[in-house]
Amino acid sequence: MAQMNMIEAIRSAHDVMMEKDPTVVVLGEDVGYFGGVFRCTDGLQRKYGDHRVIDAPIAEGGIIAAAIGMGVNGLRPVAEIQFADYIYPGFDQIVSELARLRYRSSGEFFSPVTIRTPSGGGIRGGQTHSQSPEALFAHVSGIKVVMPSNPYDAKGLLISAIESDDPVVFFEPKRIYNGPFDGDPEKPGVSWASHPKGEVPEGYYTVPLGSAEVVLPGEELTIVTYGTLVHVAIAAAKETGIDCEVIDVRTMSPLDVKTLADSVKKTGRCMIAHEATRFGGYGAELAATLQKECFYQLEAPIGRVGGWDTPYPHAFEWQYFPGLKRLSAGIRRMMEAE
Amino acid sequence: MITKSRLHIPRPTARPGDEPDFSYLELSPAGSVDKPAIGSRTRDIEYLSSGLVRVLDDDFEAKGPWDPNLDAKQLQVALRWMMLTRALDDRMWQIQRQGRISFYMQSLGEEAVSIAQGMALRPGDMCFPSYRNQGLYLYRGVKLVDMMCQCLSNTRDMCKGRQLPVMYHSKAGNVFTISGNLATQFPQAVGWAMASAIKGEDHIAASWVGDGSTAEADFHHALTFAAVYQAPVILNVVNNQWAISTFQGTAGGQRRAFAARGLGLGIPGIRVDGNDLLAIYSATLWAADRARRGGGPTLIELVTYRGGPHSTSDDPSKYRPKDEWESFPLGDPLERLKQHLIIRGDWSEEKHEKLWKQLVSDVQLAWKEAQKSGTMTEGPFLDPATMFEDVYAEMPANLESQRRRMLEVLGGE
Repeated sequence: MAQMNMIEAIRSAHDVMMEKDPTVVVLGEDVGYFGGVFRCTDGLQRKYGDHRVIDAPIAEGGIIAAAIGMGVNGLRPVAEIQFADYIYPGFDQIVSELARLRYRSSGEFFSPVTIRTPSGGGIRGGQTHSQSPEALFAHVSGIKVVMPSNPYDAKGLLISAIESDDPVVFFEPKRIYNGPFDGDPEKPGVSWASHPKGEVPEGYYTVPLGSAEVVLPGEELTIVTYGTLVHVAIAAAKETGIDCEVIDVRTMSPLDVKTLADSVKKTGRCMIAHEATRFGGYGAELAATLQKECFYQLEAPIGRVGGWDTPYPHAFEWQYFPGLKRLSAGIRRMMEAE
Repeated sequence: MITKSRLHIPRPTARPGDEPDFSYLELSPAGSVDKPAIGSRTRDIEYLSSGLVRVLDDDFEAKGPWDPNLDAKQLQVALRWMMLTRALDDRMWQIQRQGRISFYMQSLGEEAVSIAQGMALRPGDMCFPSYRNQGLYLYRGVKLVDMMCQCLSNTRDMCKGRQLPVMYHSKAGNVFTISGNLATQFPQAVGWAMASAIKGEDHIAASWVGDGSTAEADFHHALTFAAVYQAPVILNVVNNQWAISTFQGTAGGQRRAFAARGLGLGIPGIRVDGNDLLAIYSATLWAADRARRGGGPTLIELVTYRGGPHSTSDDPSKYRPKDEWESFPLGDPLERLKQHLIIRGDWSEEKHEKLWKQLVSDVQLAWKEAQKSGTMTEGPFLDPATMFEDVYAEMPANLESQRRRMLEVLGGE
């Protein structure tokens, strides 16, 4: 075991897979010589050469399309889109092409592309470096959508994603690249060193796609969340003293309904939290599914805490971010419901 | 003098009721464009993008340095594939008109593109076609009956009823699945070609788009990536003058030829008579050799004419002169190859007529065979439960549960 932050864990996943499988290639903006603006591919080009770790032109649609073609020709490409906010020029290639090759050719053609992209706010990124567009992708049949919340899962899930013959969009909550964040920007930053999931095996292992995890057991109320807000949820449980069960969804699509529903049936209360805008957000799908699965056990309406339905404002980041105060207030209100 | 900015709104030279006018088309006499060495620098061969590489002249003689010197047998085989493509298109068009398939797109007037380029490429080279490249699928071994079953969405449909008619695919023939969205395949072909080079193989990729979809960002992504990495790829623009109702000027064809689109990136462009099988074959072979020897991409513009409507849903009499094709200065590719063979003494009207009848009969037999696997009205029918397959490598629980729900509510199995 080694201490790793999320960046190191993601880099290690690349390294393990590039070592193991010569068809794995990496492409993206600044990923090669420089090693990525967040350093997730640092050192890989030196180790594996510039034919396997490729600096790409600034054209996200071209990066994804080229990755698709490479995948069709027997490679296993990992494409980095520098910020999730930049993914839209490649949206058509993801939705109309990557997601549907297998279907439209009855399984004759497919392309096992993994698209990694940092998402979420809390880094003073303003409205073009803070978005959480996971719902847009979870809505698309034919791709899998993943968001880890810690270094251990990041590495294990990324290895699963690279090995998957299905395309995967892999969101990396960049606010927690260097350490868990409980949603209070006034506190000094903490590193992953003190977190159990900062312990990461150096070699190969996987965390399966499509499995959620109970990260804090509890009896009174379930918080279903993912990414950065997993840590906010744990902090909210602590702050309010409510006996919360916190579930990290980890894979938005396919969704592990059973783990979520078992918990909500047990607690009878469910709060959903995500950083993305609430209207039409992924939480709406979670709420509808859990309402159907757990209706007769529910003691309160399912609640949602999310980003406001505005763009992510630069100056009012902490008013926008669904942090500790908002989530704690939300679950307190929910406990008052009869 | 008062000056004002003013928009140029591109207008075609002729609309319905007007005399067809192709004066805008810049032509070069057959045999007049030099053929450069494979290793030439792009800047030294820019002339290829503004001239028009032609081998067959107006008297159907083969002329000049681009004459590939194909033998009689090769030319007869090429003619046969073009005729088969046309015979298939003819029949499927009628079948759609009879309401027996939902939609069709013919390649009338453009048959030489798929056949000549299919011949010039090697079987291991990968094709990323557009929806008017049916000749490629035929040439690369897809049977008539399988093309038809795809159009019928029947139990033998290669797409299991998931795609509009003509959106074929052939893994065995190395012809990619047709998208339906335009130009998306162009940068994918570049990625495929990059992978070929990364793996140290000498296979190349080729892709096709129309003049209209050169306006898509994907076209420009393809050119940029191909140029940056010198990918072994041939990027073809089939300039058939019309993108549904908008003429090639609406995609920017009035200022410079589409073949010149890559020059700024250092990609050589060759403007080719797209109705001249010999010229297309020769230019494609030149580009393929260049790519295989590490010379990178070539952009080929194939100047042709869309002889029919865009699709069965289109009515070109609303936007272009009815007889425009008859005035097209580059004629009909099939007729030109036929006449070339005749003047060589390697073909005759009688042989042609006999072969055409044979091919029409082959198509008719294939249609009978295809219907045995089901039609739009007569079974056997595809099992609707198959719609949940192939979304993912393995069916996830939510799709399995939806599949069961569909069968419970709507019946089946």
